[in-house]
Amino acid sequence: MKTDPAGVLTGAHYLDGDYACGEGAMAAGCRFVAGYPITPSTEVVERISRRFPFMGGTFIQMEDELASMAAIVGASWTGTKSMTVTSGPGFSLMMENIGLAAMMEAPCVVVNVQRGGPSTGLPTMVGQQDVMQARWGSHGDYRIIALCPQSPQESFDLVIDAFNLAELYRVPVLFMMDECVGHMTEKVIIPEADQIEIVPRRLTKKDPADYLPYQTNGELIPEFARAGDGYKFHTTGLTHDERGYPVMSAACQKQNVQRLIDKIKLNEEQIIRFEAEAIEGADIVVLSYGITARVARMGIELARKQGIKIGVIRLIVLWPFPENYIRQLAGNIKAFVVPEINAGQMVLEVERCAAGQCRAVSVPHLGGGVHNPEDIAQAIVEAAQ
Amino acid sequence: MNPKREVIGQTSIRSKVHPVPFAPPRGEGPPPVADEHPLAAYLRMDRIPHIWCPTCGIGIAVKCLAEALDVLQLDTNKVAVVSGIGCTGRVAGYMKLDGFHSTHGRAIPFATGLKLGRPELKVVVFSGDGDLSGIGGNHFIHAARRNMDLMVVLVNNFIYGMTGGQNAPTTPVTAKTSTMPFGNFEHPFNLPALAAGCGADYVARWTTLHVRRLTRSFKEALNRRGFRFIEVIAPCSTLYARLNKLGTGYDLMEFYHNNTEIKNGADPQTVDIGFQGKIICGRFVDSERPTYLDMMKQHYTKVLGDKFVPMPEEGGLIWPPGEKPTTPAAKATAEVREPEEVTHG
Repeated sequence: MKTDPAGVLTGAHYLDGDYACGEGAMAAGCRFVAGYPITPSTEVVERISRRFPFMGGTFIQMEDELASMAAIVGASWTGTKSMTVTSGPGFSLMMENIGLAAMMEAPCVVVNVQRGGPSTGLPTMVGQQDVMQARWGSHGDYRIIALCPQSPQESFDLVIDAFNLAELYRVPVLFMMDECVGHMTEKVIIPEADQIEIVPRRLTKKDPADYLPYQTNGELIPEFARAGDGYKFHTTGLTHDERGYPVMSAACQKQNVQRLIDKIKLNEEQIIRFEAEAIEGADIVVLSYGITARVARMGIELARKQGIKIGVIRLIVLWPFPENYIRQLAGNIKAFVVPEINAGQMVLEVERCAAGQCRAVSVPHLGGGVHNPEDIAQAIVEAAQ
Repeated sequence: MNPKREVIGQTSIRSKVHPVPFAPPRGEGPPPVADEHPLAAYLRMDRIPHIWCPTCGIGIAVKCLAEALDVLQLDTNKVAVVSGIGCTGRVAGYMKLDGFHSTHGRAIPFATGLKLGRPELKVVVFSGDGDLSGIGGNHFIHAARRNMDLMVVLVNNFIYGMTGGQNAPTTPVTAKTSTMPFGNFEHPFNLPALAAGCGADYVARWTTLHVRRLTRSFKEALNRRGFRFIEVIAPCSTLYARLNKLGTGYDLMEFYHNNTEIKNGADPQTVDIGFQGKIICGRFVDSERPTYLDMMKQHYTKVLGDKFVPMPEEGGLIWPPGEKPTTPAAKATAEVREPEEVTHG
């Protein structure tokens, strides 16, 4: 369906990635945001809190990130599209209720504008050190969707996709921006509302007497009932059966948790998204994401001048990871080169998928700045030898 | 040849355990007076028997809430209950309402999202002392400060029950717990004072002996807005009473009978509870501070005028064209019944 025009600021704008993310959320129909101030993400909620009163949205600044995340899970159960915004330290606190959202299957979006860590780390400077936390951060087994924009325009476009994916798969979707993209100001085109497709909440049409909140009838994603519509349903973070009632057994855990995994795993092909160029005949493939994908461009150009055949992959969806594609590609190339603003995180996944068929070369860079493109070029040259 | 085995001391510890004084053997006892619990409409009867121990006070508090809903004839389609984790955290799973069993300590912020996402809901938070005042203490004080439109029922049994009797922020000084085996030496919270000090609109305390007064407080609170806090002092014979040798069911109720004093309007600062000391009950605070939603609407209307668009009462869901209202249940609950007049006193 087309989105509600009330949230769409159609036109050409000069916005930073944080503001563009806020505009994207409002354009996607987000009408509830709970957050706690944290650099470098705060501009997202500053933008939203200035615009929400004019479109029927509610922003509340909660007492901490634990509360912010819990509040958006609660609001999600009213059918209101909900989001919270944070950076590393807050992201750590949100892990508890990201797990709750995964277990309850409450659609919501969590924006993490990444800065350098660990702990308080580098509040105002870039990092990409939370990408593994995004995948594995909350305890237990579950699957998640994580997206990563490389520009303010993509921040706007992709956060709409984040809301749509949350609705389609009933999962929390993690929007893993980085400080550079968040604070980078570029031209952002916001289209007309009738050009923006949004996925509505999949409300059940069953009679309350026939409705079970986690009955899927062989599908992977159950129908949704809103609080206040008379379904009088129950939901819990405990292992639960189709009725949403706690059942403490290995059999129920298998049924419950396996479906949470399968609904993402078996739909991977529909979710995975990346850009690939010059892959055909390449010896080296540079895989990166976020701001690093833009920095790597120059490194790749430098290395190409030395006659190295270089393919480029830019991940747009970080999780699920394009496992099959990487595995197939690994047999045809010499090495993957993976620059990222951390000590080497996604490179582990690349190495796992390459499964010994080719090398996976990490180009680490701790937080606080982007790579020197020459370092990336040098890593490519060394990998090609 | 096998050496002769000799038994020294008691042959069986079991023989010393007293037979359970309640629960007559199956098949005996008086015939049932009704086929169904009179408040079955408000309970998930398919989940009975519940997990609570015999003589636990939580069930009494649940029954009082069910009775309050019944007397008020509220539209229960529009009432949601949110719990955290722990013994009282299971309440959301036994009430036939939209029920949310959230994470430990997060019932209040979860409920805040639920209320703000669909302002027409009446949202009741029902959880324990450890959940709401321990791990969730920060959320508690901030929701009270905002005068958030939530009714918060806190069942206080002075101990962490579900995990086996550990020290709670409410455990009185000298009371024994499994992590304070020589007696607690930490100062506990005076919860009514905490709630009142943070700005709660309505503050009351009762024990589970005071079922009529507790039900009346629930009725009052259900018909109000803002942050309403009701502390329910409840017995835990399995842990708190056993560790402190206070007896069981009847003894604990008798203690309430002999050691509670009703002081409506008492200064909340004066109602702290010592170990086996007097329990002051009553309605301590009953004010009319503008609630969070009132403040938001008044302020935005004042500063933004006609341009202010509030969150729709039925929630911020953006409907596909032509689909609203959707569900059969939504149509069925469109007529909201008027609540019964509540008399104070």
